Amino acid sequence: MIAQNIGFLIIAIVMIGAALRVVTTNNVVHAALWLVVVLAGAAAQYILLAAEFVAVTQVLVYIGAVMVLFLFGTMLTRARIGAESDLNNSYKKLGIPVGLIMLAAMGLALTDSFGDEKLPESAKVVSTQEVSDQIFGPYLLPFWALSFVLLAAVVGAIVLARKD
Amino acid sequence: MIALLAEVPYWGQSLLRVLGGLVAVLLPAGTIVYVFLFKMMSFMQSRLGPMEAGPYGSMQLFAEVGKWLQKEDIVPDRADARIFKMAPIIVLVSTFLLVVVVPFGPEAWFTDFETGVFYALAVSSISVLGILIAGWSSANKYSLLGGLRAAGQLIAYELPMVLAVMGVVIQAGTMNLQKIVVAQNTGAMFGLDAIGHPYVISQFFGFIIFMIAIQAELTQAPFDMPIAESELVSGYMTEYSGFRFLIFFIGEFATAGVFAMIASVLFLGGWGVPFVWFGWTSVDDVANWMNIVGPLIMFTKMMLLVFIIMWIRFSYPRLREDQLQRFAWKGLIPVALLNIMVTAILKVVF
Repeated sequence: MIAQNIGFLIIAIVMIGAALRVVTTNNVVHAALWLVVVLAGAAAQYILLAAEFVAVTQVLVYIGAVMVLFLFGTMLTRARIGAESDLNNSYKKLGIPVGLIMLAAMGLALTDSFGDEKLPESAKVVSTQEVSDQIFGPYLLPFWALSFVLLAAVVGAIVLARKD
Repeated sequence: MIALLAEVPYWGQSLLRVLGGLVAVLLPAGTIVYVFLFKMMSFMQSRLGPMEAGPYGSMQLFAEVGKWLQKEDIVPDRADARIFKMAPIIVLVSTFLLVVVVPFGPEAWFTDFETGVFYALAVSSISVLGILIAGWSSANKYSLLGGLRAAGQLIAYELPMVLAVMGVVIQAGTMNLQKIVVAQNTGAMFGLDAIGHPYVISQFFGFIIFMIAIQAELTQAPFDMPIAESELVSGYMTEYSGFRFLIFFIGEFATAGVFAMIASVLFLGGWGVPFVWFGWTSVDDVANWMNIVGPLIMFTKMMLLVFIIMWIRFSYPRLREDQLQRFAWKGLIPVALLNIMVTAILKVVF
């Protein structure tokens, strides 16, 4: 388990550093690229937890789709090269306490529900088949509900984008 | 093979894997450029192509690489230098990550990844990032337009590609590329097991959609809007010169090779021959010599598929931007969805 802990530590430090750069850098595209590093770090953490399906999904959805659309959008509208001065606004001070409250709430939830419980020594790789058996078995209803939410969002986006 | 490798220490195995990966990426890329880009295109245009360097110009590629390496590494004045330098490397790294899951023989693989196809589709989408930031960081309107066109095109054609693969995954019942190969070579059609069950027959529409989608993913004509040289100079590559251009160039043809390998694994039976020919019943029975013959079979199939890709590239004129998007969203994606539905129903019925 020591090797995993060291791996976790290295990836976590890289992720924290990249996350800080996301908010401190003064170029929109640089911020987006630092965010890619954070998301890739999350994928690496999933691999450490032997959840390869979730890790690959993270790469496909967040890096391959969300970040590409994000960059696409900023490049179409307002992405100058070099530093921009008007990236920070007055809500900055509000953001820090909100972030800290989120951290406390999530930390509390995790320590409260797992406490001193430890992962088994030899982490078993969860096969994709088990994941799909769970999704299309006990979790079918939430899965459908989520699909409808996404469908509604897609229809809404099309309605908003159509001029006629 | 495994017994041989087991005595090598872990660092040695890793080194061998890295070397194997370099060979698996660069050798096909070089062969594709010489055989198809230099020779086949020339013959189609009634000319000889390179003839001076080496017999039949076969050393031309080394001369070209040498030329590129000597050139000055120019970064435009107003470009975002760090990102400008990073972009081609991201594109090439995504190719190297892609080859990792391709099986070349019963034991000749880099990693036996359970979610192989899914991983391949995921890392292939990383190259879009490299192309986008290459276009943006060049500080050139042609580059930016090329980058944006490329991103729009790659997103549009990634969907039919994923959906076409889904049919194969449903039929094989696994996402592991090695198991997909075994399923095709142990399967039988209508009780005939002499040629196994290559999915190109039962997933014919999936195969066609996949081939069209990789043609677009590789930005080969008729889908070369992003680098349309008559409008955009050279698209997102306009400002690149010297070895950074070389990296883009290698990336383009190496990705063509790797995608063709993945297509041959998914649809043509990969490294395998139908197991009944030699009386094998499972992957454990497969004779050791398949670790040598397997990669050669793969290479042959890859060359065949790249030949088709290049043939189309040299034959058809470029699609317009709106035709290109309409073709993906209104043509390929509905057909791919229909293909999944039919495959799923037939899978349940039989």
